Amino acid sequence: MAPNKIILRFGENTSDQPIIYRLVKDYDLVINILKANVNPNKEGTMVLELTGEKYEEGLGYLRDQGIRVQPLAEEVFRNEDRCISCGACTGICPTGALSLERPSMEVKFDSDNCIVCQLCVKVCPLKAMEVRF
Amino acid sequence: MAIEKTYAEINEKIKSGKAVVLTAEEVIGLVEEKGLTEATRQVDVVTTGTFAPMCSSGVFLNFGHSKPKMKMQKVWLNGVPAYSGIAAVDAYLGATELPEDDPCNNNYPGEFRYGGGHVIQDLLMGKKVKLEATSYGTDCYPRRELETYINLDDINEATLFNPRNSYQNYNCGVNLSNRVIYTYMGVLKPNLGNAHYCSAGQLSPLLNDPYFLTIGMGTKIFLGGGIGYVAWNGTQHFPEIQKDAAGNSYGPSGGTLSVVGDLKQMEANWLLGTSFLGYGATLSVSIGIPIPILNEEVMRCVSVSDRDLYAPIVDYGEAYGQRLPSDLGFASYAELKSGTITVNGKKIPTAPLSSYPKAREIAAILKEWICKGDFLLTEPVKLLPSYRDGIQSKKLEIRGL
Ligand code: SF4
Ligand code: SF4
Repeated sequence: MAPNKIILRFGENTSDQPIIYRLVKDYDLVINILKANVNPNKEGTMVLELTGEKYEEGLGYLRDQGIRVQPLAEEVFRNEDRCISCGACTGICPTGALSLERPSMEVKFDSDNCIVCQLCVKVCPLKAMEVRF
Repeated sequence: MAIEKTYAEINEKIKSGKAVVLTAEEVIGLVEEKGLTEATRQVDVVTTGTFAPMCSSGVFLNFGHSKPKMKMQKVWLNGVPAYSGIAAVDAYLGATELPEDDPCNNNYPGEFRYGGGHVIQDLLMGKKVKLEATSYGTDCYPRRELETYINLDDINEATLFNPRNSYQNYNCGVNLSNRVIYTYMGVLKPNLGNAHYCSAGQLSPLLNDPYFLTIGMGTKIFLGGGIGYVAWNGTQHFPEIQKDAAGNSYGPSGGTLSVVGDLKQMEANWLLGTSFLGYGATLSVSIGIPIPILNEEVMRCVSVSDRDLYAPIVDYGEAYGQRLPSDLGFASYAELKSGTITVNGKKIPTAPLSSYPKAREIAAILKEWICKGDFLLTEPVKLLPSYRDGIQSKKLEIRGL
C-alpha cells in the first residue's frame, strides 16, 4: 500500500494534544513525519506520510479533533515557464526528486519523490519551484 | 593550399542560402569524422550559446521629459535605485541593485527576491514599473519630485549594456570548510559536500574562440533573444592559459565581453531576474555568438569537446574570499557533466548553474537565423586582446597614505 501524503493544520487548542500517539496506538498507522511547525500563535502544520488499514478511520479521528486534513498532491511544483534547467537545485534536493538527465542535461522533477522540504524553493535562482497549499 | 575564407565570401553564401552552418556541438563529430581540412572546406559558420547568471549587466534608460521638466538626481524603479549621475532624464539600472528596504543578509541567508535584474525582466514582460525621482530643482529643470508609472513602450531608449558578460571559462566551486556557505556559485555544502560549475563548456562562445581570432568590437550576436553587439572586451578580461604547478596547460581561462543591444527587441524568456540565496540578485543572460570558419586554425578551436576543456577547482570556504591560492587541480567539463568529480581523493557530486539545454537552444536559433539569411556576420572593427597580450590582473592593496 502506497503511503498517503497529507497536511494537518492544528488550531491553538489542539497543538498540545498527543494526536500522533493516538494515530499509532488506536489506529495502528505507520507514520513518517516530513515536516512539523508551530507558529507563535500556537497554530501548527504537519506534513506526514500515513499508511495502514485503518487510514480512513484515522482521518475521521483527526477531523473529530477539529484538525483540518488536506491531501498533499502537488505541494511543491515546478513552474515550467520559469525553469531553465540550470541544474542548481539538483545537488541540493535530498531525495533526487530534482535530477539531471544525461546526456541531455535537462532537469527532471519527479513529484512522487518530493518530501516537501522546500530547499529547492529557496535555492532555485529563477524562483521556479513554488509551494502550493 | 590552405583554406582561407573572408567575411564577405561567407556573407555571400548566407545571402544565397548556401552557407553551411553547424552548432559547436554538431561540429565536433564532423571534424572527428572528416578531419580538419575537409571540415574547414565544408563548414562556413559555427554557432555557440550560453545562458547563465551574469552579474555585470544593466540597462541605460531615457525616460523622456515630464512637465515641468526635471533633472533627475535620484531615481528608483519599483523601489530599486538606478544611477542617475548622467544626463537629466537618463539612468543606468544595474542588475545586482537591491531595493533600499531589502533586509539583505541581515536575515541570513537573505532571499534577494527582487533586484535590478527583476525590474529589467518586468519591463520586458510589458509590465508597468513605478518610477520615482527626486531633485534639487534648477531654472531649466524646476520639478523637484515625481512619481509615475512607465512601461518599455512609453520611454525613449532602453539600451542593455553589460560591462562584463560571457565569461570564457569559470571556476568549479567547492567548500572545504565545515559550515554551509551561500555563494554566487549557489549553496555549497561543508567538507566537500558538492561542487558547482557554470559554463556551457563545448558550446560556450569564448571557449570556442579562445585566442580571439574572430570575436571583437562590432561582432553581431544573439543577445537576450534579440540582436546585440560586442562593444569592447569586458571588465576583468584576463585571457590567460591556465597552468598547474607543474606547468601543464589546461586551456583558456578568463576572457570576458562587454555587450550592448536594444532591450526593446529582446524577449522576456531570454533575460531573467535571478536570486542567489545568501548572496544577492542578478540577471540571467542569454548570448549566442557565430564563429566564421575563416581557416583551419579557427576550425581547430571550435571543434573542442568537453573532454578538452577544464575548469579550475576553487575552495569558496576560505581560499576564494581570503584571496589565498587554491590548489585543488582542474576538472574537465566531461567529468563535471558526468555528475561526480574527485577532489582531495573524495568523490563529490557536481551540479551546473549554467543551462546546457538552453545553450543548445540558443546555438540552434542562431543557426536557423543564419541559414534563413536573416543574420549576416560582421567583421570586427578591432579584435580583443588575447593571451599573447599578457594581460595581468591587478590586486587592490589596502593601504594608507
Ligand atoms: S534551480 Fe530552478 S531553474 Fe534551475 S533547474 Fe532547478 S528548478 Fe529549474
Ligand atoms: S521540496 Fe525538497 S524534496 Fe521536494 S523537490 Fe524540492 S528539494 Fe527536492
